[in-house]
Amino acid sequence: MTTPMQTNSDNGSQNTPVIEISDLKVRYGDSPALNGISFDVYQNEILGIIGPAQSGKTTLLKVINRTLELTPDTTVEGSVKLDGVDIRTIGDVYGLRRRIGMVLPLPVGLPLSIYDNVAFAPRTAGIRAKSELDEIVERCLQQAALWDEVKDRLDSLGTKLSGGQQQRLTIARALSHQPEILCLDEFSIAVDPVTTMRIEEVLKTLQTEMTILLVTNLVQQAKRLANRTAFFLNGDLIEIDTTDVIFSENPSNQATYDYVNGTFG
Amino acid sequence: MNILRKKSTANLPFSETAIELFIRLCGISSIIFVFGIFFFVFREGAGFLFGGLDLGQFLTSVEWQPTSLNNKRYGAFALIVGTFSVTVLAMCIAVPFGLGAAIFVSEFCSPKLREAFKIIIELLAAIPSVVWGFIGLTLMNQLIITVFKAPIGLTMLNGGIMLALMSVPIIVSIAEDALKAVPDSYREAAEALGATRWQVTYRVLLPAAKNGLLAAVLLGAARSIGETMAVLMATGHSVNIPSGPLSWIRTLTATIAAELGEVARGDEHYQVLFIIGILLFTITFVVNLIADLVIKGIRQEQ
Repeated sequence: MTTPMQTNSDNGSQNTPVIEISDLKVRYGDSPALNGISFDVYQNEILGIIGPAQSGKTTLLKVINRTLELTPDTTVEGSVKLDGVDIRTIGDVYGLRRRIGMVLPLPVGLPLSIYDNVAFAPRTAGIRAKSELDEIVERCLQQAALWDEVKDRLDSLGTKLSGGQQQRLTIARALSHQPEILCLDEFSIAVDPVTTMRIEEVLKTLQTEMTILLVTNLVQQAKRLANRTAFFLNGDLIEIDTTDVIFSENPSNQATYDYVNGTFG
Repeated sequence: MNILRKKSTANLPFSETAIELFIRLCGISSIIFVFGIFFFVFREGAGFLFGGLDLGQFLTSVEWQPTSLNNKRYGAFALIVGTFSVTVLAMCIAVPFGLGAAIFVSEFCSPKLREAFKIIIELLAAIPSVVWGFIGLTLMNQLIITVFKAPIGLTMLNGGIMLALMSVPIIVSIAEDALKAVPDSYREAAEALGATRWQVTYRVLLPAAKNGLLAAVLLGAARSIGETMAVLMATGHSVNIPSGPLSWIRTLTATIAAELGEVARGDEHYQVLFIIGILLFTITFVVNLIADLVIKGIRQEQ
């Protein structure tokens, strides 16, 4: 049996937990979504989270940025600590959400111009100076590998971009408030493979600046990117270990092996 | 068996054609009705419009003396000003309240409260205009006299408030639909970026729903322009260029309603009332046209 505490391989080597999750239980009404999971996320690692549908991956992300509170009739038990502080004790929930970048499965270009999409979060945080906003917009679009394609038409609507471009736009937007943690929820679902590769390159670069939680349906994507990988199944954390171990011939749980190798069920 | 099957397959195209024809007729009928109304209103007024009526006087004079024995005057300027001023006043009250209520119902209140609100708002929309006129004539009249120390409470303000109360339900229900039509994914995305409820509404939902909101406002305004009974009862019904909200006024619609029953069919006065009808028709046409162009403009921009 593997303990959740593992030495990290690759670049995510500092063993400072950024997020500490202990005994987290979530229910939607009567149906459980997460049944008491515990693990830590370390500084500057990419943590891959894999598992079939309905296994609680998205719920986990929603707990972390507290957008689950917007869904009525949900119960959350256990604790999630961000830099040692229980997120439920944080009074400024909007400030908390700005510390976490979130990229959703389907790209949601807000019905605003490309510029305004990226400047949205800085503006809500109170930044007004045009020069400062310009700088943020350019930096984020550069980081999301979208700048070269859109720099001449920042005023056109974000919703008019292609799917892959919109997804990079949402990544740029998620970076615009300089989050400590970037959560990606199956970002490649509406993106072609070439663009997916480009975004993956982007993520590898971003890793030096922030911690990344990568929820993905593509197990190979976790294999390519993640330092560690967690396998979720029906609301349980089956196994969390270095990606090398999870994808090896002998992970500690047979279900993990089956899922990763496509012989599941 | 064979015969039955034959019959049913033979019937299918026929019923299909019949239904298609029926639906086609329904569609065409709306066009026929609009043109029909315009044609008949125009026919009644056309004789005097092109022979005898001084159009300059009609549009600019404030002298409305259609029943004078030796000095007949048909100056509708005061009526036009009356209609516009009371509509603008009504919109000044109804638009902020209506849109505010729509935003509250759609974005800020609990689902239970929302249902209750929607029922009450629909109830408000169902109140007949003569009842509003009655409220204006009695309740609001007294209120304005007491509050503003006015000699009489049947004023533009009174009519404006009544029209606002009548337009608010329309504005609320259409604006609420427009806001509800904005995909939830926009709300989620904006909330995840750390925006507060109001920031989400102000920065995302209002721009996304602006077409529907504009339609709500324009339909509310159209209701105000066309409304007759309430303004007839509440505004004092007196030909006058208003100097402020406490002046009494008379509107185009109220003039037609009050005078058409009193005139001899076919004489000048009768025809002038139909010309007012043509004028109202033109105004609503222009308002709708502007609305269409604005919405089309917004679409192209997108």
